Amino acid sequence: MRNFVSQRAQEIPPSGIRKFFDLVLTMDDVVSLGVGEPDFNTPWNICESGIYSIEQGGTSYTSNRGLQALRDTLSRYLAQHYGVNYDNNSEMIITTGVSEALDIAVRAITDPGDEVIVAQPGYVSYGPCITLAGGTPVPLRCTEKDHFKINPDTLAEQITPKTKALVMNFPNNPTGGVMTKSDLKAVADIIIDHDLLLISDEVYAELTYEGSHCVAATVSDLWERTITLNGFSKAYAMTGWRIGYLCAPEELCDAALKIHQYVMLCAPVMGQVGALEALRSAEEDKNNMVNEYRLRRNLFVAGLNRIGLPCHVPEGAFYAFPSVEKTGLSDTEFAERLLKEQKVAVVPGSVFGPGGEGHLRCAYAVSRKELGEALERMDRFLQSL
Amino acid sequence: MTDEKDLELLRILEENSRLSTEEIATMTSLAAAEVARRIGALEAAQVIKRYSTVVNWEKAGNGEVSAIIELKVSPERDFGYDRIAERLSRFRQVRSLRLITGTYDLQLIVSGKNMQEVSRFVSEHVAPMDRIRETATHIIMKSYKENGNAFFEQPETERLPYCP
Repeated sequence: MRNFVSQRAQEIPPSGIRKFFDLVLTMDDVVSLGVGEPDFNTPWNICESGIYSIEQGGTSYTSNRGLQALRDTLSRYLAQHYGVNYDNNSEMIITTGVSEALDIAVRAITDPGDEVIVAQPGYVSYGPCITLAGGTPVPLRCTEKDHFKINPDTLAEQITPKTKALVMNFPNNPTGGVMTKSDLKAVADIIIDHDLLLISDEVYAELTYEGSHCVAATVSDLWERTITLNGFSKAYAMTGWRIGYLCAPEELCDAALKIHQYVMLCAPVMGQVGALEALRSAEEDKNNMVNEYRLRRNLFVAGLNRIGLPCHVPEGAFYAFPSVEKTGLSDTEFAERLLKEQKVAVVPGSVFGPGGEGHLRCAYAVSRKELGEALERMDRFLQSL
Repeated sequence: MTDEKDLELLRILEENSRLSTEEIATMTSLAAAEVARRIGALEAAQVIKRYSTVVNWEKAGNGEVSAIIELKVSPERDFGYDRIAERLSRFRQVRSLRLITGTYDLQLIVSGKNMQEVSRFVSEHVAPMDRIRETATHIIMKSYKENGNAFFEQPETERLPYCP
């Protein structure tokens, strides 16, 4: 029999956390800092609106772009909160999580042979999505020295005649790094100079702890060459509802919409109803959660530095990204032994691409009690080395 | 006057008043001395009334009974409801006391060892007071939430141990 698996599927690397996953399933009493999702339940008013809409028979397809009421409200929200204007009808698609938004954005712009630069360390999907679309992902290393921001000089060095776009994610998973308006300006100059497109995944926008988040599309003349991705999972603790969105100028949005209508048709309607309720009345719930993350961050990062794992202060998302270089162990060795010996689950930084090695991603979206327990166990582990 | 930092300290303490000054300082990025000074000032100004514990008494099984008592009251010239409310609040049995809008004027939460004690308290001490025109007593059968704390068990939701 032939090997039926496509060349492209074969090219995609397997998940870097699979073996940890298998290991953790055999263990009890694990404190997991390995989960990239809020530990809160979805605010009840959102759940209740989803339940009510199902009771009312709201179980059908929506338009490809998503519920009109959700797009209207979202368009106003983005303008009011972030000063970015996207037309509710022609420049916006509600997607099945940001994962789908990323996929259709990449497919809408990538031709075979195109190079797409990916800021790394970064979320694990960017490279595989580009590969599946026939493009070539080109890693752009962001370093601790630069607070895990994009260094404009390093970016310029990666650009070739084949470069089509830059994919970036700030506030960043896994580093917690952010890009301020002036940071973005320097990157914008290069993007515009080289006539590139920007795919900006801003799913952690609401989880910004110092100052406020700057939407990349509002900087310089980036709007006309930016696809903005965002969603409800992180800000409103709605990961399982699978609602994200893609915003872009009409021409790009139309291209993405064609792919969306053939592969997804529409995002789940009950999720869209929940997202609408989130925008309408969960502002305070969101603020309370963000505030709690900030308190946990301060506790946890201070704790990491105290026990001897140097960690810069992450300004966004809910990840701490301490360095383990001083221990002499690689990030993977450290994470594996920490799990086996002290039952604390963290993700080795190298899973997130170049620049991540020598670090651990610790999600502090767990209770303060669990964070305290994790710190104690990590301290014991370090003492034992 | 309280500022934003004071409000943050109050929110943290309301949720858990047993945190140490050092822990609060780390969480808020304030110096421990400043946290102590601010909390001291909030205590002195009686913004912080006291540090207490939310107890699920049903679970503790002390057998106490509580009731919500609503009162219609004729207000006094110059004093309104204040003097009678102050008198009522002196009773140990009165756990909470509020002036409310609607059919009734004052709402009390009263607790006692058993139903007889609560009803005797209402009929002997509250109802006969001057200016109280009408009372309505509602025995609390079960508490589901107190001061923002739910008393029912929430099932553990299944979370993946890892997710990128």
